[in-house]
Amino acid sequence: MLSRVAHSLYWMARYIERAENIARIVDVNLQLLLDIRNLDEKRLVAYWLPIVQATGDEEAFFKLHPHASGHAVTEFLVFQTENPNSIVSSICQARENARMVRDQITLELWEELNRLYWFVRTPTARQVWKDSPGDFFQQIKAASLHIIGLTYSTLIHNEGWWFAQVGKFIERADKTSRILDLRYKSIPEKGLPTAVNQTDVLEWSAILRSCSAWDAYKSIHGAEVSPRLVAEFLLLNEDFPRSIRFCIGELNVALRRISGVAEDRFCNDAEKLAGRLVAELQFSTIDEIFEAGLHDYLDLLQMKFNNIGAAMFNTYIFQPFSTLEEEIMVQQEEQQQQSRADHSSRITHH
Amino acid sequence: MLKDYKVNAGFDEMLDTKAGVRPHYDRFHRLFNALTPAEFEAKRQAVDTAFLRQGVTFNVYGDAAGAEKVFPFDLLPRIIPAKEWENLERGLAQRITALNLFLHDIYHDQKILKDGIIPEFYVLSARHFRREFVNFEVPKGIYIHVCGTDLIRDKDGNYLVLEDNGRCPSGVSYVLENRRAMKRAFPGMFENIGVRPVENYPQELLKSLKYIAPAGVADPTVVVLTPGAYNSAYFEHTYLARQMGIEIVEGRDLFVRDSRVFMRTTKGPQPVHVIYRRIDDDFIDPTVFRRDSMLGVPGLVHAYRAGNVSLANSIGTGLADDKVMYYFVPRMIKYYLDQEPILPNVPTYLANEEKDLKYILEHLPELVVKAANESGGYGMLMGPKASKEEIEKFRELIIADPRNYIAQPMIFLSQHPTFCGDEFDGRHVDLRPFILSGERTSIIPGGLTRVALRKGSLVVNSSQGGGSKDTWVLYGDE
Repeated sequence: MLSRVAHSLYWMARYIERAENIARIVDVNLQLLLDIRNLDEKRLVAYWLPIVQATGDEEAFFKLHPHASGHAVTEFLVFQTENPNSIVSSICQARENARMVRDQITLELWEELNRLYWFVRTPTARQVWKDSPGDFFQQIKAASLHIIGLTYSTLIHNEGWWFAQVGKFIERADKTSRILDLRYKSIPEKGLPTAVNQTDVLEWSAILRSCSAWDAYKSIHGAEVSPRLVAEFLLLNEDFPRSIRFCIGELNVALRRISGVAEDRFCNDAEKLAGRLVAELQFSTIDEIFEAGLHDYLDLLQMKFNNIGAAMFNTYIFQPFSTLEEEIMVQQEEQQQQSRADHSSRITHH
Repeated sequence: MLKDYKVNAGFDEMLDTKAGVRPHYDRFHRLFNALTPAEFEAKRQAVDTAFLRQGVTFNVYGDAAGAEKVFPFDLLPRIIPAKEWENLERGLAQRITALNLFLHDIYHDQKILKDGIIPEFYVLSARHFRREFVNFEVPKGIYIHVCGTDLIRDKDGNYLVLEDNGRCPSGVSYVLENRRAMKRAFPGMFENIGVRPVENYPQELLKSLKYIAPAGVADPTVVVLTPGAYNSAYFEHTYLARQMGIEIVEGRDLFVRDSRVFMRTTKGPQPVHVIYRRIDDDFIDPTVFRRDSMLGVPGLVHAYRAGNVSLANSIGTGLADDKVMYYFVPRMIKYYLDQEPILPNVPTYLANEEKDLKYILEHLPELVVKAANESGGYGMLMGPKASKEEIEKFRELIIADPRNYIAQPMIFLSQHPTFCGDEFDGRHVDLRPFILSGERTSIIPGGLTRVALRKGSLVVNSSQGGGSKDTWVLYGDE
């Protein structure tokens, strides 16, 4: 498979996952605010700013907006193409990557991605958003799930497909870690939070909803919502498809399907790092993590995700590639040497 | 539906001079008339939406938004009866045979020049003549593997050749997609009317490409080389690659070592044997042609010369696209095949010939003037529709560089009923059949019918507001 194609499939899947996650975060926050009383401007900022921080685009945000008002944050995260990670930007980039590998994906997948693209690119999208943000986010989420489903059930599960898997799971793990970090200001830096009040319950429930984890969580823990249980569920649950442990497990499988190396071995840095992280998550407890500090732990995790991504890029995509100028020089030297060789052989033949 | 349709002027594809329906349109006409306007509108909208959703689009150069446009598609098919098509097919095969012989001759013995059939000056001064490739043996002796020849019909319905596209002709993906759309919109008609299929083009193309693989390669790796996602024909490049089941690569995916071409894959370098390139000669290798080209592959030409990779089309075929060479094609047919051309040229004047130049300059307001090496409707003067200033500008251009200009009388192209917003009206059409040269010559039945959607316009290019139609070649004559 062409390295460039693998790269595009990886990013196509990543951007789709990104758009869906942002849609969920913003959607849930809008709903959460309906439930919280006595909201003044300062408290509103306390709900919107962490979301900007979670997406890692704080700097870009304040270049465009003076205050983290609800309107500014939603605009920034949903529509603004100046934000490379907004929903609209993510969909455009997913589609651009798909366009580069149009021959590798199915008509069904391409049509749905293209339909989503035209939906967010036309004024209809804004109208839907204005009339009912909930409907708007529902459409984005449904399209993303539709695309993920089509990727699963119409694409041949070959090498390129596994690259798309890697992209999807690395993005999902990253976003789950960022959503879990949204309320870090309300818990102690180290150790478990002691008392849990009504607002905390609402806020940690919102975290679950932002990960589409509400029903899955309830099926295990019932109605009791506490930071400890939520964090444990989203970090260490073995079976929930958005928990970080699950995502890294799948990522690890995908990397090994690409190389063909057994799970207990590795042949490149990406596999080494992913395998190590799987083991770490398998053999950690949530109490240890809270003891060390949840926020710091999540920060470290995000760095590890980045390292795995970079190692994969170095292994499969980036092959020592000279610049065009260098390549031209190499060619000219090669050709000169050859013509010299031809020349001398001609002389010997005489 | 078509009751109010009338012949405007000139030759109408569907109606004869007495406004009767031509026999080969008869069955279509009856079935189409049975549709209600609402049914037609529903079908039209379904097709439009499908094209947009599938991304059957072309990119517009210089459009900042990176805009992709749907190539407008008209639901009324252009129909060609079997006998007429047979004649076209023979004419096109004759022409491509002569052109391939001509290119082989020019890049070898140049007999046609030595015998004085074509003045040497015209060939040696042609912009796309690649003297570096004189005496180079192209695989299997084929120069133009894929040709798109533009045909038009004059006011009496005679087919004429307007130009040959022997470099990287595009449009075949629309032929295939238009047909898919039509089959979905009018499934019953195909059963009733008997239309020859076009779907096997990708297989035929792949066969032609494999045919030229370097000697000794049993299972050649064939790729499509595209300039990238921003090229106007990018949709077509991916479409063909997908249909053929081969990789589509950009220049940066390939590199050359020891005169062999490789592609960069996740499993390391993989050898490449045949390249269907959709990049012009000028951009294909920065060590040989344009040094500033970022699209090509350094060393590719060297690998090609070493015989380790084959290219389709071959380097140097642009010579046959030169509009001055076009003038000489009937002579080539006579010289190489000793036959009369089955499909005549449009009468053409060469600005470089004294007598012709005089005529051109005296008759500019009546003539169409074309630059020898432009395409896509650029670098053209439509005398009868041009302003005084435009005519004077071309007068200067022609005098300054007569080698680079030809002129032709304005041909009043045939018209075809076309849906124009709220009624059916005649619009001018041309036809681009696609001809493949491999082990044998094969021609896709029909080709791309382009239609000038603006009333009265004679320019059918997609970049100039043209649209397209499905082209039906019938099994029979009615």
